[in-house]
Amino acid sequence: MSVLLIAEHNNKELKPFTLNVINAATQIDQDTHVLLIGHNADLVAKSISEVSGVKKVIHVDSPIYENYVAENYVPVILKYAENYSHIVSAANTFGKNLMPRVAANLDTSQVSDIIKVISADTFLRPIYAGNAFATVKTNDSKKCITVRPTSFDPAPSSGGSAEIIKGEPGEEYLSTKFVKKEEIKSDRPELGTARIVISGGRGLQSGENFKLITAVADKLNAAIGASRAAVDAGYITNDHQVGQTGKVVVPDLYIAVGISGAIQHLAGMKESKVIVAINKDGEAPIFSVADYGLEADLFEALPQFLEELNKLNTIQK
Amino acid sequence: MKILVAVKRVIDYNVQIRVKEDNSGIVTDNVKMSTNPPDDNAIEEAVKIKESGKATEIVAITIGDDKAQETVRKALAVGADRGIHVKADGIIEPLAVSKILKAVVEKEKPDLVFMGKQAIDDDCNQTGQMLAALLNWPQATFASEINVKDKSLEVTREVDEGLETIEVNIPAIVTCDLRLNEPRYASLPNIMKAKKKPIDQMSATDLGVDTKPRIEQIKVEEPPKRKAGIKVANVAELVNKLKNEAKVI
Repeated sequence: MSVLLIAEHNNKELKPFTLNVINAATQIDQDTHVLLIGHNADLVAKSISEVSGVKKVIHVDSPIYENYVAENYVPVILKYAENYSHIVSAANTFGKNLMPRVAANLDTSQVSDIIKVISADTFLRPIYAGNAFATVKTNDSKKCITVRPTSFDPAPSSGGSAEIIKGEPGEEYLSTKFVKKEEIKSDRPELGTARIVISGGRGLQSGENFKLITAVADKLNAAIGASRAAVDAGYITNDHQVGQTGKVVVPDLYIAVGISGAIQHLAGMKESKVIVAINKDGEAPIFSVADYGLEADLFEALPQFLEELNKLNTIQK
Repeated sequence: MKILVAVKRVIDYNVQIRVKEDNSGIVTDNVKMSTNPPDDNAIEEAVKIKESGKATEIVAITIGDDKAQETVRKALAVGADRGIHVKADGIIEPLAVSKILKAVVEKEKPDLVFMGKQAIDDDCNQTGQMLAALLNWPQATFASEINVKDKSLEVTREVDEGLETIEVNIPAIVTCDLRLNEPRYASLPNIMKAKKKPIDQMSATDLGVDTKPRIEQIKVEEPPKRKAGIKVANVAELVNKLKNEAKVI
């Protein structure tokens, strides 16, 4: 029994969440191998080989993998699948897109978005936007699993010395073509991994007003999140969305500003260690999950908040 | 061009769900049900494409018990031309759903299959990709914009890092994001008209698909509750608590 984990990367570096998934994979079985499909990604292969817990890296290189297209990845994964009991990837847009295409080819019923490994065939996963947890046991001989990265600590990125072997590319899938990716670059911590997240909702009333959020985020070195309502209203881009259909975040501190707390939003942030809600509607559902609730007009509270933070000289960077 | 749209009946997104006392599942009796929200976007997009003259027929399909037909009726009321109801009881896993859809695709021969990217009940996010695999068709998942070209679609996808654009040849599967469009409401005259539109009925067995679950649901529980928090009086108190009590800043 061994686990085959599909790495997420951009040919230059490993996406950090892969480390969290490696940790989950080693909890399923110690014999965890990582399949790296890319082009000119030798440095990524090397960095994976150094991750604690990784036993082997299979590196498949071809120009057709310059950009990630699930239809191109799948033939490679299927080629290696027979040697493994489990195939694992992250439950983010990378793995969600990829794994079901693998699972259906293997006639396996996939287990999505696990948050705990109970045993090699039994897992805990949230359903109904995290309003219930289901314990499920898969009876398929080959198990396809996606892992919610924020539910597992990252595996240490050093300490390992796995061998790297060269793998064979698969056939190119000609009916799907990558055109472009518009990545929003930012100097801020990534939303998915930031220690502090401050999010704005419809209460901000405009994209312009998000500068109030930005100012506090700068001070706290926080990532900026948003509710779906704020994204839909065009205040901020979709990569900031926290919730059932956006990103799930588990920071040490989550500050929800002008967010009412729809079920879909709570699904993305309610596991945060400390939650602050600032909202002028004292009955807003967000207060039901907040450790500290401040019933106030955000347009007054945010500048005051920044002022108070400026008085503290101990902000941890 | 013919578009098949798959819709699922789920507990309405505004309902606070309850776990059954015996931990065998979620209470669904006397609970408001609706069409899975992104499936509404899938129907809407198909209707828009037909209105633009690029599609000629929209077929809405659902899989489920007798009541699941309501979701097909709703799709007919906003512009689908006819419906298919595949009867099946109990939990139908995405793998079985995609096998049923594959069998229907082989009969109906649509050029495109649309559906929501994820159902908000089981949150699996699998069916579209699985159907694409079984048909060996291209998959455009999490679509927030679709441009229909001559023999292909250009699709903008919502991905973690931002937006990605891909081009897929037709036939193709598209799974729809909530941001794709604003679903319309059905007008009363259209609801009346929808009652006359045909819905074909068949069973999973008719289509030769075994729907027996492969995954055992051992138990369903409520998530651990958060401790009740406090309200602070002002910003100064908030900052003080965050610094000295929670120690997070």
